[in-house]
Amino acid sequence: MSRHNIQVTINGKPYQAEVEARLLLVHFLRENLNLTGTHIGCDTTSCGACTVLFNGKAVKSCTVFAVQADGAEIRTVEGLATNGKLHPIQEGFHEMHGLQCGYCTPGMMMSALALLEQNPHPTEDEIRHGISGNLCRCTGYVNIVKAIQYAAEKMANVKKEVAD
Amino acid sequence: MAVAEVESKVHGLGFRRKRVEDARFLRGQGTYIDDIKLPGMLHLDIVRSPYAHARIKAIKTEKALAIPGVLAVIDGKTLQQYNVHTMPTLMRDTQMVLPIDTVKYQYQEVAAVLATDRYTAADGVAAVEVEYEPLPVVVDPFKALEPGAPKVREDKESNHIWHWEWGDKEKTNRDFENAEVTVKQQIYIPRIHVASIETCGCVAKWNPAEGHLTLWMTTQAPHAIRTVVALITAHLGLSEEKIRVISPDIGGGFGGKVPAYPGYVIAVAASIVTGAPVKWIEDRTENLAADSFARDYHITAELAGKKDGTLTSLRFKTIADHGYTDAAANPSKFPAGLFHICTGSYDFKSAFVEVDGVYTNKPPGGIAYRCSFRVTEAVYAIERMADIFAHELGMDPAEFRLKNFIKPEQFPYKSALGWEYDSGNYHAALRKAMDIIGYEELRKEQAEKRKRGELMGIGISSFTEIVGAGPSHTFDILGLKMFDSCEIRVHPTGKVLARFGTKSQGQGHETTYAQIIAEELGIPAEHIKVEEGDTDTAPYGLGTYASRSTPTAGAAAAIAARKIREKARKIAAHLLEAAEEDLEWETGRFYVKGSPDRGKTIQEIAFAAYTNHPPGMEAGLEAVNYYDPPNLTFPFGSYICVVDIDRGTGQVKVRRFVAVDDCGVRINPMIVEGQIHGGLTMGFAPALMEEITYDENGNIHGANFMDYLLPTAVETPKWELGETVTPSPHHPIGAKGVGESATVGAPAAIANAVVDALWHLGVRHIDIPITARKVWEVLHQHGATLDE
Repeated sequence: MSRHNIQVTINGKPYQAEVEARLLLVHFLRENLNLTGTHIGCDTTSCGACTVLFNGKAVKSCTVFAVQADGAEIRTVEGLATNGKLHPIQEGFHEMHGLQCGYCTPGMMMSALALLEQNPHPTEDEIRHGISGNLCRCTGYVNIVKAIQYAAEKMANVKKEVAD
Repeated sequence: MAVAEVESKVHGLGFRRKRVEDARFLRGQGTYIDDIKLPGMLHLDIVRSPYAHARIKAIKTEKALAIPGVLAVIDGKTLQQYNVHTMPTLMRDTQMVLPIDTVKYQYQEVAAVLATDRYTAADGVAAVEVEYEPLPVVVDPFKALEPGAPKVREDKESNHIWHWEWGDKEKTNRDFENAEVTVKQQIYIPRIHVASIETCGCVAKWNPAEGHLTLWMTTQAPHAIRTVVALITAHLGLSEEKIRVISPDIGGGFGGKVPAYPGYVIAVAASIVTGAPVKWIEDRTENLAADSFARDYHITAELAGKKDGTLTSLRFKTIADHGYTDAAANPSKFPAGLFHICTGSYDFKSAFVEVDGVYTNKPPGGIAYRCSFRVTEAVYAIERMADIFAHELGMDPAEFRLKNFIKPEQFPYKSALGWEYDSGNYHAALRKAMDIIGYEELRKEQAEKRKRGELMGIGISSFTEIVGAGPSHTFDILGLKMFDSCEIRVHPTGKVLARFGTKSQGQGHETTYAQIIAEELGIPAEHIKVEEGDTDTAPYGLGTYASRSTPTAGAAAAIAARKIREKARKIAAHLLEAAEEDLEWETGRFYVKGSPDRGKTIQEIAFAAYTNHPPGMEAGLEAVNYYDPPNLTFPFGSYICVVDIDRGTGQVKVRRFVAVDDCGVRINPMIVEGQIHGGLTMGFAPALMEEITYDENGNIHGANFMDYLLPTAVETPKWELGETVTPSPHHPIGAKGVGESATVGAPAAIANAVVDALWHLGVRHIDIPITARKVWEVLHQHGATLDE
């Protein structure tokens, strides 16, 4: 199996590594870099537990090779909070009880982030479609939707404050 | 300080306390099984059978062993040397860890590869060559019972495992003979899988110098697992005090993480043989194809009653497909779980139920789907039958239920099948659901739509749950009585460490257990740390499943806290130089009757317990309680579902779904509502989407998330909740448990709504999952599709 040098920026930090061609991005994050917040749930791009932001787009990192991430900017759950302060999405999930076992939560939050960056004021149906690539077995999605609505409002307020 | 103010400060019962677990989960800092990484750790991967029934002629390992990094291939004969190639199931049957000569279902474990990393182990699995001789397969339990059917088990007489019956057969038969009205329906409740988003796995670490095993494992019942491991490995020199089972953060359980799977045993054996830590993590296909399934019940259901709509008698006969071994994780005395709750919310005069367990060439299991030990099957059957009975008589299903419900004044109520229901008010719950949804208006709308040829249905499910297993006189698992436990330590500064025999998988125990103790001791919940899941530190308990944590361990928390309060009273009396009986308790404080200013707070008392305890009294402020419940608890509720059916496609759309739940006293309403939302979604899923089937050769359909469809946020209805509160009279805080109520209650409401929409066409029943294709075919048969 051929090996390749890659350079990837993860949560703003540059990384260099030599990896096997077949190494999946999710395993690169979890095994090589110990960023275990990104989870694996299905191996078939169905459940979304492994969702990360890849150059700003939500992708399922179980279906991307690490070598494809060469030169890319990746964001994972570990990069959401800044200076110890929770991101509005994390805050929303806490305030609205948007998580139970917590396993789907990192991927769910990354999908929510991609959605809100693209569509800052989504309707409930747009939120439900926006997270339809992420399966949750615990919450029935009700409070996840509320969490994302909470985050949308909070992010809009922060933007407004900055603009003012 | 006013009492109410103190109470809100301690964040006790009824407070919508935000979860303490969230802090780590939101940051990606949970520790799930696959996050555990140890120096020198090896990886185990499993070779699985492509056949549902076959003789293993040869397992060739040369090519696998030639791969750099592949260290060993373990097969049944390897394990046989240590006599761990088989293991007992919780129903006292036998399960293969690795087979010696035959495999019994597709994807069964055949051999295991041990390698230095995950990818190399998978390479090794691909390189192991197994020669099979296919054998005749039987997947249909009715065919399995026919004379001359292929035999699943060489070590058994036939494919019939057991017969179980309950109730008064003669009286029931007599009541049926004399009945004015009887209805009968064949109902199939298909095989499904919990599919928690985290699969199963473990890390086994054997320390040869100390003869000590640490097993990190996705288990809902760590103590029971420790004892089982000790019992089945005693001949290898393992001893229970040197076995530590740690259940880390669990990514959803729902019953799927109760059983012991072969992978765990192989990993332990591999660690013992190599002396290195060994990790085994399932992939999704292994999880769906080999781990414990749920249901697979073929029920012939009959009800008898009067022309005025009064129910009198119930008779259910069931064929239960258990797969190749009976590995249902039931309490030992209950081979069909608590299926005999099937008289439900109604006042039957007689009932008789029988179940026959059958072997087939399918994976074992039976109860793992948030189902409270076969209660979903029971509730689904009685609630479908109640609707059929009402419709046959032309009665409104709501009116029919209100007529037949057990009345509030009949509690505690002894059911025709012998259960003593602790408390209930079924009429109030149904009326509330009808009010919320606007039942009368909906019926009018339905009549108008029907005139226009539109298909709209309204379905009700008024379920009675049975949880909190259970009283030790009846409930045990392999002899272990089903109590549960709490140990509380109050530190000198008045802060608390509380440990439990249960194990949360998302239920929020770290948050809610603290609220129970906060309520009892008046210590703020934020000062109470809850721990579970480590058998070296937690008191013994039977674990979390079947909605038992609040009824058992939650009760233990209250009782242990009350023991502490009694000791605190003695210390307070000593400090205040008053008689114990002269002291009054208010939240967080004892004071002298008539002199409210003369008092000691629980924090002051805790400090004194370590610095100034009364002469003759033991120092410290700790207590433990092993709670053996006097009875089960019986949560209940009424659900109403409204569906619209597309006559062009057969698609069923759940327009509204109102769920009124009564789980007794609610510890944390926010968490209770979250449990109900999730439970409803796991009731919706099998009603309309999920099913695992097998072709005649035993090939599984539904072994990945592209074939086995879990609801996403798009399909999932927007749940509407309501509540009534009828406390349990025997539980220390009046709580009943809620984790599974909605999963148990919801499927019948949806199925009833669909049949309600189609009854006028002559449709009596459609088996779940009610897919668009099935509905379209039914419409087509009745000439009712859009173009007909």
